[in-house]
Amino acid sequence: MNSKGKYAATDEGYYGEFGGAFIPEMLYANVDNLKRNYQQIIEETDFQLELKSLLRDYVGRPTPLYFAKRLSNELNTKIYFKREDLCHTGAHKINNTIGQILLAQRLGKKRIIAETGAGQHGVATATVCALMGLKCIVYMGEIDIARQAPNVQRMKMLGAEVRPALSGSKTLKDATNEAIRDWINNPNDTHYIIGSVVGPHPYPDMVAYFQAVISEEMKVQLKAKTGSENPNYIVACVGGGSNAAGAFYHYLENEEVKLVLVEAAGEGINSGKSAATSILGSQGVIHGSMTLLMQDKYGQIIEPHSISAGLDYPGIGPMHAHLIKSKRAEVYAATDQEAIEAAFHITKTEGIIPALETAHALAILPKMNLLPSDVTVINLSGRGDKDLNNYLEYQPERMHDE
Amino acid sequence: MNRIEKLFSKKKKNILNIYFTAGHPTLNSVEEIICTLENSGTDLIELGMPYSDPLADGTTIQKSSAIALKNGMHLDLLFEQVKSARNKTQIPIMLMGYLNQLLQYGLDNFLDNCVDSGIDGLIIPDIPMEYYESKVLEKLATRGLKMTFLVTPETSKERIQQADKLSTAFLYVVSKSSITGNISGVSENQQRYFESLNELDLKAPRLIGFGIHDKDTFDAAAKNANGAIIGSAFIRSLEKDGVLGIKKFVEDIKGD
Repeated sequence: MNSKGKYAATDEGYYGEFGGAFIPEMLYANVDNLKRNYQQIIEETDFQLELKSLLRDYVGRPTPLYFAKRLSNELNTKIYFKREDLCHTGAHKINNTIGQILLAQRLGKKRIIAETGAGQHGVATATVCALMGLKCIVYMGEIDIARQAPNVQRMKMLGAEVRPALSGSKTLKDATNEAIRDWINNPNDTHYIIGSVVGPHPYPDMVAYFQAVISEEMKVQLKAKTGSENPNYIVACVGGGSNAAGAFYHYLENEEVKLVLVEAAGEGINSGKSAATSILGSQGVIHGSMTLLMQDKYGQIIEPHSISAGLDYPGIGPMHAHLIKSKRAEVYAATDQEAIEAAFHITKTEGIIPALETAHALAILPKMNLLPSDVTVINLSGRGDKDLNNYLEYQPERMHDE
Repeated sequence: MNRIEKLFSKKKKNILNIYFTAGHPTLNSVEEIICTLENSGTDLIELGMPYSDPLADGTTIQKSSAIALKNGMHLDLLFEQVKSARNKTQIPIMLMGYLNQLLQYGLDNFLDNCVDSGIDGLIIPDIPMEYYESKVLEKLATRGLKMTFLVTPETSKERIQQADKLSTAFLYVVSKSSITGNISGVSENQQRYFESLNELDLKAPRLIGFGIHDKDTFDAAAKNANGAIIGSAFIRSLEKDGVLGIKKFVEDIKGD
């Protein structure tokens, strides 16, 4: 946000040819209000003090940087985990919801809306609304509500109203559409907490800023552990791309550090059931942003598939579209099966059950041909408690062997 | 002279603009609906290009889009159907849809097909005015196509003036801050908003839309503008009474 390097957003929210705010006039006043005020509010001293104190005392930051010794030995290289899975509510999502709820309060908003796929962002939003005593409505695809029952119950226990998105394919993209429609209908009292680096400007820039604490801490921790704040690689999974944006943020302009994005290949890139947006997608507009998205030749948006509801998004944040197009970031894809296997392997090697999303990033490590001297940081974006049913369902025999 | 210009030069009051979604209720109903609307006294048609993710639309239009896509509607077929209808009708027709549809089809290709099939103008709610001015305006102007921008009660005076300047068809006045299909009627507050636009000395004709669903709301809206736009209510009527109900629907709105 403050940096004006070649990979940062312009004042109008463009990353190269991607980004911007492609929104109907009915949304203009809301988005413009945010755009005119967010930087100034975020820079205020009392905002920064409150943000830092909540991140420390409520979220549990800084999260550790852990040297994965057994995994490193096995791959004959040096692998570190940035432990976002240890954040309150179990994933990096809360870094953003804490920031945005403080912003919403200062904008005088009384009602919070959010979209959610797997429910992690919904839970993180419901949590900060409970913390601040604000009304919370979470839109969630009807199909996701059925497959993520525990997170629905968590949101309800936290006092949020979970509204089913009944339109379109009834999953994350439709929950996002419904949240945007709600915002159009409630332009004065409502703030929309988007959960990823997607949507119209200023959301991608703002969410990336709130997640940037991840790479800010990484620099200090790496320096202490390795003597250099620069790793050779940073690896993160990408759906919309918020955890990747946070892990990359302070390294964007430092081209010695290679950035690696891992998309969800679903059942295989050419299987017709995939979420590998950068490979299968083309340039277009989704949720108010010019970016890469999966679409047919008439511009109808194609429903993606991934076993991980958090990566099951037909677009990608405009910052990542730019990083990919300009070759600043390299993209890998991991299938459902590869992610599941990586999750089991890491669990048994390091005693950490990763989220299915994170498991995609872990899955590509053996393919990277890492050198013994290479230092690689994996952003361990979330923990796998929420995915136990999936793990059980896909590999029941693995749960009982040995 | 473009059919839209002709309409607004000869008619100044009570202009009835009706929206429907191409491919709904059935794949091949476009031509019959257009002709029946014209014969029943509709002045202008807004033809919806069905889209998978219609952000600005309420449930009625969302549903009609989903049905149209399921029926197999796509842009090539839509252009073909409009071209065929043009043998029988001279009513001005504008396409309404979302920017991504134009981009993926190819902007030049899309606009050439508009001209070839007899489309007169476009309403694309998610084109930012700045983007339109730099990337689209000239392509439209050289082809003689007209454009409409939307303003809402939240739109600043400066933006209203900019939208007015760029709206070569008409200025679409959104009656309240909402998605399409609300049926709350026209309040005094809204009338004051419509009146306030009268004082801005705008050049483009103005049609009021969103929430206009019967004769009372049409008359209330038309009082402070050149006319009004009905969408969701017409689609509900199509769903209930089919093409046979169109004549009565239009007559009920226009009835003396």
